[in-house]
Amino acid sequence: MDISPNVVQGAVSTVGKRARRWGKQDKRERLPGEARRIAYLYIAPAFILYAAFNLWPLVQGANISLFHWDGVSEGTWAGLSNYTDFFTDPLIREGYVHVLQLMVFYAVLPIALGLFLAALLSRIRIRGLTAFRLLLFLPLVITDVATAVAWTWVYDVDGPLSTFLRAVGLGRLVPAQGWLGDFNTALPAVGVFGLWGAFGFCLILFLAGVMKIPASLYEAARVDGANAIHEFFAVTLPGLRYELQVVVVLSVIDTLGTFDEIYVMTSGGPGTATSVPAYLVWRRMFQTSQVGSAAALGITLMLIIFAVTWAINKLMDRWSEDE
Amino acid sequence: MNTSSRTTVIANYVLLTICALVAIYPLVGVFLASLYPSGPTSAPSGFALPPTFEWHNYVTAWQQGKFASSFRTSFIVAAAMVPASVILSVIAGYAFATMRFRGSKVIFYLFILGLIIPTEATIVPLYYDVRAMGLLDTYWALIILETSGEVAFGIFWMRAAFLAAPKSLLEAARIDGANSWQTLWRVMVPFARPAILTLTVLCFADSWDEFFLALVFTINHMTAPAGLASFSGRYTQDVALVSAGAVIVAIPILIVFIFFQREFLRGMLTGAVKG
Repeated sequence: MDISPNVVQGAVSTVGKRARRWGKQDKRERLPGEARRIAYLYIAPAFILYAAFNLWPLVQGANISLFHWDGVSEGTWAGLSNYTDFFTDPLIREGYVHVLQLMVFYAVLPIALGLFLAALLSRIRIRGLTAFRLLLFLPLVITDVATAVAWTWVYDVDGPLSTFLRAVGLGRLVPAQGWLGDFNTALPAVGVFGLWGAFGFCLILFLAGVMKIPASLYEAARVDGANAIHEFFAVTLPGLRYELQVVVVLSVIDTLGTFDEIYVMTSGGPGTATSVPAYLVWRRMFQTSQVGSAAALGITLMLIIFAVTWAINKLMDRWSEDE
Repeated sequence: MNTSSRTTVIANYVLLTICALVAIYPLVGVFLASLYPSGPTSAPSGFALPPTFEWHNYVTAWQQGKFASSFRTSFIVAAAMVPASVILSVIAGYAFATMRFRGSKVIFYLFILGLIIPTEATIVPLYYDVRAMGLLDTYWALIILETSGEVAFGIFWMRAAFLAAPKSLLEAARIDGANSWQTLWRVMVPFARPAILTLTVLCFADSWDEFFLALVFTINHMTAPAGLASFSGRYTQDVALVSAGAVIVAIPILIVFIFFQREFLRGMLTGAVKG
């Protein structure tokens, strides 16, 4: 697993930069110089707990993933076949296709919308921003399961969305099984739920970032005759690159691990229309007794998350250096 | 201010208002739905006030959904997990921020790795570990697993907070003859109080929202979200009651959010590495 140090570095560089951006400077060079072996005592309680329940299970999981095992009887050696299933098992492939589609709603759209609105709003001073921030934050703050239950009702065949469409004469669009029960609409419906949850966070983060961009940069751009679009690409976007990096990494990690809303809203259905990798791990572990495969899926998911995090950080770092 | 800029300002407020309405509509809608008469024939549209305000739905949902039991679990788990996570994070974060020792970088990176290891990667072996320890369906399973995950973020957070402390604070403490343990509690903890409060609030939110672990490890000791998921699965035909259940589960976190807005915003904007 030789990519992990880079991933970690990526994560550290992301968070480190953000910390700096928020005025918390890394003062490592100013630490009291003397070596202290007592430090191990301070770290031991947290580390033992963390290692026992987060690191050691990775080793155990890697071991389990090499067997065909139903969780009860003796397992049989499987080699890497639980991993190569990634390329041959249509259910796994389908799960990743779904997660890629969800990414449009969980990452691309909220970021694009957030950037667009933050750019528009950057041109004025907003009074009452605190109140707006609180309201926009609610979707993120309130327990996933509760908001997913709320949206299950929104998507019901007699719920608000259907009622609204019927009222404006578009009733024929309403699927007979409701929006979450239809093969074509279930996944986008879950996606819109994700968009709703992520959008406010992106907007607030970008707005906070925009306010840190010195007004003089905007004035200079305007003096140069930049229109709104030039201004966006020359000032706003580069000024928001740390926020962007954070949001892209967070939302991609988040999407890859999507589970709660799938479980509550669709149980992966109808059929397997909304099945995602995290849901597949749970299903194979507890419903279909493919424990070895579940372990391999979990580890694959982790490696993909590492790789994607590393790649995004690498790309974004290069962009920052170019600026 | 000339007219065109006033138009811009108004347009911006309209835009923000629309965003805010979209953000809260499903929440307000579900609250209204929770007050409709319960039963399979009642179909709240989401756009009108209920014909009668059926506050009794909340009592019914509370009983049918066994929320007394799931709330007890959630509060017990949080009451143990939050202080444990905060204290372990404060102590370890302090060492990372103020002491130099072999392997500090590697160990810190290992903790940071925890921010991106998905629970799905460890859940399979964890299930058998927890079963072997005889902790299936206990508070302990949730307390231990939630704490062990939370310290990754907590240590990152507290290390950053302690690094921001002026060096003179540490030196003054040393001149006073305080050892490292005394320095931590008498000087550094008071200095980092806002960061610790933020961490406490975020830990509570994480604990209250935890669903996956509760789903996997508990049956009779479900947490509030897991209880809600099971309730909504059993009562799919009764929109009003399920909505009341959703509101009930949202209330504690809503109260915490209202009282600790500042901590929430700061924590989530600067430190929500785990989302």
